[in-house]
Amino acid sequence: MEVLLVSLLNGLVYGMLLFMLASGLTLIFSMMGVLNFAHASMYMLGAYFAYSVSRVIGFWPALVLAPILCGALGALIEMYALRRVHRNGHIAELLFTVGLAFIIEKGVQMAWGLLAVPYRVPPVLDRALFHIYGSNFHAYRGFMLLISVLMFVAIWLLLTRTRIGLVIQAALTHPEMVGALGHNVPRVFTIVFAGGSVLAGLAGVIGGNYLVTEPSMAATMGPIVFVVVVFGGLGSLAGCFIASLIMGLVQTFAVVVDVSFADLLARLGIQVTASTPLAEVLTIPLPRVGALLPYLMLILVLLIKPRGLMGTRDT
Amino acid sequence: MRQLKRLICLLLAGVLTLWTGIGTVGAQQGTIKVMYTDPLSGPFAQVGDQNLQQFKYILDYINGRGGAVGRKFELVSFDNKSQPSEALLALKSATDQNMPVIMQCSGSNIAAALIEGVDKHNERNPNNRIVYVNCGAVATELTNEKCSYWHFRMDAHVGMKAETMVRALPKDVTKVYLLNQDYLFGQSVQHDVKAFLAKLRPDVKVVGDELIPLGKVKDFSPYITKIKAAGAQALLTGNWGPDMTLLIKSGMDSGLDIRYYTMYAHLGGGATAIGPAGNGKVRSVMAFHENIAVETGKTDTEGWTKQFRSSHDFDFYAAGFRTIFEFLQAAMNKAGSADPVKFAAALEGLTITDMLGHQVTMRKADHQILSEYFVGVFSKGVKYDSEKTGLGWKTETTVLPKDLDQPNTCNMKRPS
Repeated sequence: MEVLLVSLLNGLVYGMLLFMLASGLTLIFSMMGVLNFAHASMYMLGAYFAYSVSRVIGFWPALVLAPILCGALGALIEMYALRRVHRNGHIAELLFTVGLAFIIEKGVQMAWGLLAVPYRVPPVLDRALFHIYGSNFHAYRGFMLLISVLMFVAIWLLLTRTRIGLVIQAALTHPEMVGALGHNVPRVFTIVFAGGSVLAGLAGVIGGNYLVTEPSMAATMGPIVFVVVVFGGLGSLAGCFIASLIMGLVQTFAVVVDVSFADLLARLGIQVTASTPLAEVLTIPLPRVGALLPYLMLILVLLIKPRGLMGTRDT
Repeated sequence: MRQLKRLICLLLAGVLTLWTGIGTVGAQQGTIKVMYTDPLSGPFAQVGDQNLQQFKYILDYINGRGGAVGRKFELVSFDNKSQPSEALLALKSATDQNMPVIMQCSGSNIAAALIEGVDKHNERNPNNRIVYVNCGAVATELTNEKCSYWHFRMDAHVGMKAETMVRALPKDVTKVYLLNQDYLFGQSVQHDVKAFLAKLRPDVKVVGDELIPLGKVKDFSPYITKIKAAGAQALLTGNWGPDMTLLIKSGMDSGLDIRYYTMYAHLGGGATAIGPAGNGKVRSVMAFHENIAVETGKTDTEGWTKQFRSSHDFDFYAAGFRTIFEFLQAAMNKAGSADPVKFAAALEGLTITDMLGHQVTMRKADHQILSEYFVGVFSKGVKYDSEKTGLGWKTETTVLPKDLDQPNTCNMKRPS
C-alpha cells in the first residue's frame, strides 16, 4: 500500500512533466503535420534561458520570461524558415527540424558550455511539502503538478472558449477547410508553432532544475515525447494527456513491480530453469526493461490502433 | 628606389619563410610525439576536452623539468568520436609519423580495438613499434585475458575501484543496495562489488541489486522508493552521467538519508549537478582530488594544482595523467632512449614516487599500474571547492597501492 501510493504520486509527477512537453508537440504535429524534431530543443532552450534569466532577476520572472523567449524564437523560425520549407512538403520540414535540433544543441554547447549548469530549484520550494510513509514529497514536485494542471486548464480554455482556439481546433481536424473559409492559415501556423514552443519552454523551465540542465537533455527527452504524441493520437489533446499519464505510471510501476516472465509462468505451473529455451530473456526482471516499455507500447499501438489512443486522424 | 624596396621586401620574406620553416622542422625532430585520441566532439566531447587541457598543463610542467632524454614531449590530438574505427585511424596516423606512444582514455571497447591494432602493427613492423598508454579504459579484462606487452594501463581497473569502494564502507553499514547501468561496465561493477563484499565484508547484506537501461531513465523516484523500502544504509553505484546525477538528485529530493557511493561523481559536471544538497552524503572513488595535498601537507603539489585552478574554469582531477608522463620520463631516461622497444622494457616493473608522495609501480606481470586510491566525501568547509559550488571533496578512506595488488590471469607474450 505504501509503495503503491508513493509510486502513484511519482508516476503522476513524471506523467505531468511529459504532458507539458508533449502537449506543445501534439499541437504542432496535429495542426501543421510537422514532426518537429526540434521540439525537445525548445525544452532545452527553455531550461537554459531560465537558468540565465534566474541568475540576474530570479526564478519567478524567469518562469514567465523564458517561455516567452522560446515562443518568440519559435515564431521567428516558423515565419522565416519553416514557411519556406513548407512548400517542399513534409519530408523537407522534418529534415529541417532535424537539422535545427543539431544546430540548437551545438549552439547551447557553445553558449553555455558542455557541462551541466547549476540551475537550481528556488529556495522557497526546496523543502519537503509533506511526508508520506517516511518519504518526503518535495515541494517543487507539488509545484510542477500545479503548473502542469494550470497549463492543461489554460490550453483547454483557450482551445474551446476563444475564437482563435476554435479556428485552431477546426484546423486540427479539417486544415484545408479552414483555409478555404478565408482564415489566415499561415498566421495560425505561426501562432501554433510559437505556442508549442512556449509550452516546451515552460516544460524546460520546470524540468530543467528538477532534472539536470545539460546539452544532452534534448536528445534524451526527445524520443519519449514522440512516443507520447503518437500513443495519444493525432489531433487530440485529451489523448495526449492520458498517454502522458499512462507513460509516467507505467514507467514508475515497472520499476517497483519486481517480476519477470518466469514468475508469471511459474504461476501457471511452468518452471523456468537454466535449460529452458530463452531462459535468459524470460528471467529478466521487469525493472531492468521498464524504461523500454513505452517503446514497446508504441509499436503495439501502431500495429493494433494506428490512430493512437484517441486520435481522430491517421498518423 | 621602388624596385629596391620591393627587393628588400622579397628578401625579408624569403629569409622569414626559411627561418620559420627550419624552426618547425627542427622542433618536430626534437620532440617526443605522443598521439592522444579520445572523443573531442559529440556528446562526450567534454571528457576529451578537459583531458586535453590537463595534459597540456602537465606537459608544460614535465617539459619544464627537462622532458625525457633531453627532448621535450609534444601532444598530438586526434578526435576518435567514441568510435574504435576512428581510434585505429589515429593509430595509423601515429605510426606513419613514427610516434613512440599512443594514448587513449575513454571506452574499453576502443581500448580493446587499440590493443589488437597495436599488437598487429608491432608484429609486422619490428622497426617502427609503438607503445599504447591506456589512461582510463577500465575493463578488468584489458590487463587479464586481453593483456598485451605493448599496452600499459595507467589507471585502476573496475575490480580495483570496486574493492576500494567496499573497503570504504564503515563497520556500521550492513545493508547495501546496488544499482548499475545495464551494459558491460555496469555489469562488471555489479559483479565485482558483490565479489569483494563477499570476500572482505561477509557481514554486509545486499538488500537490492538492480540494473537500469543505460541513459533511458528520467525519473529515478520509483527507484528511491524501492531503496527506501529495502532499508538500505548505503547505495553503491557505478553509474555515470545523467544516470548518476539524476539518481542522486532524486534521492536528495525524497530525503533518502543514506550514504551514496559512486565512481564518477567527482568528474566534470558532477558537483554542479548534485549541488549543496549532497553535503556529507555523496562519496566517490577517485585517484585524486585537490584537497588531498592540503590534508597530507604536500604544499608543492597544492601550489601546482592551485595554479591550474587559477587559469582554467574547472578543477584539476587528473593526477594520474601526471603520473603517466612521470613514468614515461623515468622509463625513457632509464633506457636512455625514446625508442618504444627500449623504454617499454624499462617501464615494466618500474616504481616511481607520484605527486602525492606514494610509491606507484607498473606491475610487470600484466602492465597494470598499482597506485593509491581514495574515497572522498562531498562536503562543505574544504579549502578547494569543486566547480564553484562551495562544496568540495574530503578524503574519507585512503587505500594504499599494496592493498590493491589484486591477482591477474595475464599470460603475456614478450617480444623475443
